Amino acid sequence: MKHMTKAMFGAAAMVALMVGSAGAAEKAEVIHWWTSGGEAAAVQQFAAAFNAAGGEWVDAAVAGGGGDAARTAGINRIVGGNPPTAMQFNTGKQFDELVTQGLLSPLDDVADAEGWKQHINPLVLAAVTRDGKIYAAPVNIHSNIWLWYSPAALEKAGAKAPTNWDEFFAAGDKLKAAGIVPVAQSGDAWTQVLTFNNVLIGAGGKDLYYKIYKDLDVDAVKSPEFKKVADIFAKLRDYTDSGMQGRQWNQATAMIVTGQAGFNFMGDWAKGEVIAAGKTPGTDVGCIPGLGNQEFWIGGDVFVFPVNKDPEATKAQKLLEKVLLSPEAQVAFNNKKGSIPVRDDVDLSKVDACAAQGIALAKAGNVVESTDILISPDVSGSFTDAIASFFSDKSKTSDDFVASIASIVEGAK
Amino acid sequence: MKPRFFRSIAAQIALLPAWLIVIFAYLGTIAWTIRISFTSTKVFPTYDFVGWKQYERLFATDRWIISGQNLFIFGACFIIGCLIFGFLLAVFIDQKIRAESVFRTIFLYPYAMSFIVTGLVWQWTLNPTLGVQQTVRNWGWQDFTFDWLVRGDRAIYVIAIAGIWQASGLVMAILLAGLRGVDQELWKAAKVDGIPTWRVYLHIIVPMLSPMFVTATVLLATAVVKVYDLVIALTGGGPGISTEVPAKFVIDYLFNRQNVGLATAASTVMFVTVLVVLAPWLYSQYFRGQRGRGA
Repeated sequence: MKHMTKAMFGAAAMVALMVGSAGAAEKAEVIHWWTSGGEAAAVQQFAAAFNAAGGEWVDAAVAGGGGDAARTAGINRIVGGNPPTAMQFNTGKQFDELVTQGLLSPLDDVADAEGWKQHINPLVLAAVTRDGKIYAAPVNIHSNIWLWYSPAALEKAGAKAPTNWDEFFAAGDKLKAAGIVPVAQSGDAWTQVLTFNNVLIGAGGKDLYYKIYKDLDVDAVKSPEFKKVADIFAKLRDYTDSGMQGRQWNQATAMIVTGQAGFNFMGDWAKGEVIAAGKTPGTDVGCIPGLGNQEFWIGGDVFVFPVNKDPEATKAQKLLEKVLLSPEAQVAFNNKKGSIPVRDDVDLSKVDACAAQGIALAKAGNVVESTDILISPDVSGSFTDAIASFFSDKSKTSDDFVASIASIVEGAK
Repeated sequence: MKPRFFRSIAAQIALLPAWLIVIFAYLGTIAWTIRISFTSTKVFPTYDFVGWKQYERLFATDRWIISGQNLFIFGACFIIGCLIFGFLLAVFIDQKIRAESVFRTIFLYPYAMSFIVTGLVWQWTLNPTLGVQQTVRNWGWQDFTFDWLVRGDRAIYVIAIAGIWQASGLVMAILLAGLRGVDQELWKAAKVDGIPTWRVYLHIIVPMLSPMFVTATVLLATAVVKVYDLVIALTGGGPGISTEVPAKFVIDYLFNRQNVGLATAASTVMFVTVLVVLAPWLYSQYFRGQRGRGA
């Protein structure tokens, strides 16, 4: 009997504790895939801002595959009826089906109160709007179209920073001769897609990019311009090393931070790794916003807020929406992340040299929308398979590649 | 008939939950999956009818074809490799060696590990810039090359090797149990007749162990069809798409690529294939056996 009373007291105390903590802070479980050193430091800024605003950030990071694993986990939970408070997607079509099915809450009330429509970049705003309603909170603008290089490695090999693809391969040959890996590449398929898009925009130009991804124009794929892109992409294979397979993107970036490799194609989140290593982007690690044609790629990350039956969770969602796009959190997060803020009413004076180049390009109208905005995950997956299987198999010729891309574009119409 | 039915009514009631699970959870979901594979479903079910469209796309997809070939290569290497190594290990332990239990534990140990751990260990070991190749080069053999993991035409064999390393111990345990059941008189008789040991194993013991071999093969075959985590940890399907397997294709299209219609078409093809392979065996096991008993 005595034991039972004790147990009951214990249970009562537990319940009291649980109720107490629920009342004290609005708990928000957030699924995201920011797990590398720089990314984790950035997401910490959001967590701190949310906690300071009276919430309680519950981190549910899922590593791997450029977000593949996290999105799989999140969608699974939403479909299964146990949604997280918020989850990350890339800016674009990835969450279309969730919107159509009415599983995501519109954010217009918070958006109107916080002036999102006046201050958020219009291309980004369009990418999160469906039928006139905003369904996701964009948190950053990332450009994938960057070529990073190690000035130290180039100097050692007696090469210069390139301004076009011929110079790039010339520098690559010198690096090879000096025993330095010319191109640090990850084995993950999405990083090879990123490299391909760098070549497509850099060597092929904005028009060709839009013809392929937006108009799904088969003739453009069979054009001599695209053949040139395919040839350059094919040649790049000879400038990577055998350790590519099994290497993560941040390990590839680390190779140019330490001077083990000359070049790395990566989005501007690479800067997060540079900063986390105590180096300065722009001086210790050089940046080129697109080799050949310079464009600023409008992509990035958003958070969606699944429809929730629990009023506490809904309250936490509203608070989180407000915090994520508050000017202070935007600056703190984006400085760590390497991206630029989505709002134009924030202090941009502290951005680094590379981000300044990106902002200048964006202001001049040299922008392209990301592939996530232009094509569905299904079509995107087919591109990924074709690009990755070509890049990792040197027996495939650029003509094979053109044929496989043509058949995808044909099928996607 | 009737009294027998009433006699067994209690048993029928006891079996009811199991029947319900079989009908709804197994057969029901199989039927539903097949139905969905004929629709244009993206993430959420839509019940339209698009005919064989998903199947046409499936068999026009390089990645699916490669996945199928890989499953065949992996399956053949993995099952044969495990049976051979498992048998040799079992014979080795059966020689009444000292510290037998220590060896038995060591050989069985890999099986206690998850495929994810196995995959990571082998990935590090075989990574050309980190593992065996680099080590041997550091010892002085600069030309030593072992880069199967990063070669599209060889990586699937690496996966098979890692699988064999993991599952041979299980086969060993099964076969060892069989070997221990062999009558010692048989060995004595063979010795008297002067038959060499290897011939005894090959021509007498192996046929006697055939039920054990069947058990092991069935266990290994199920592991082959559902192989997923080993590939994820070891290669992630790479280089490129050269080590993709059907299960990974289904999972990728189910969630991340948001095309459930295509994913269910792929899983239906997997299901039918398994059924086709199993049908002759099921037939011989149940129907022919029953007729034999009846006669």
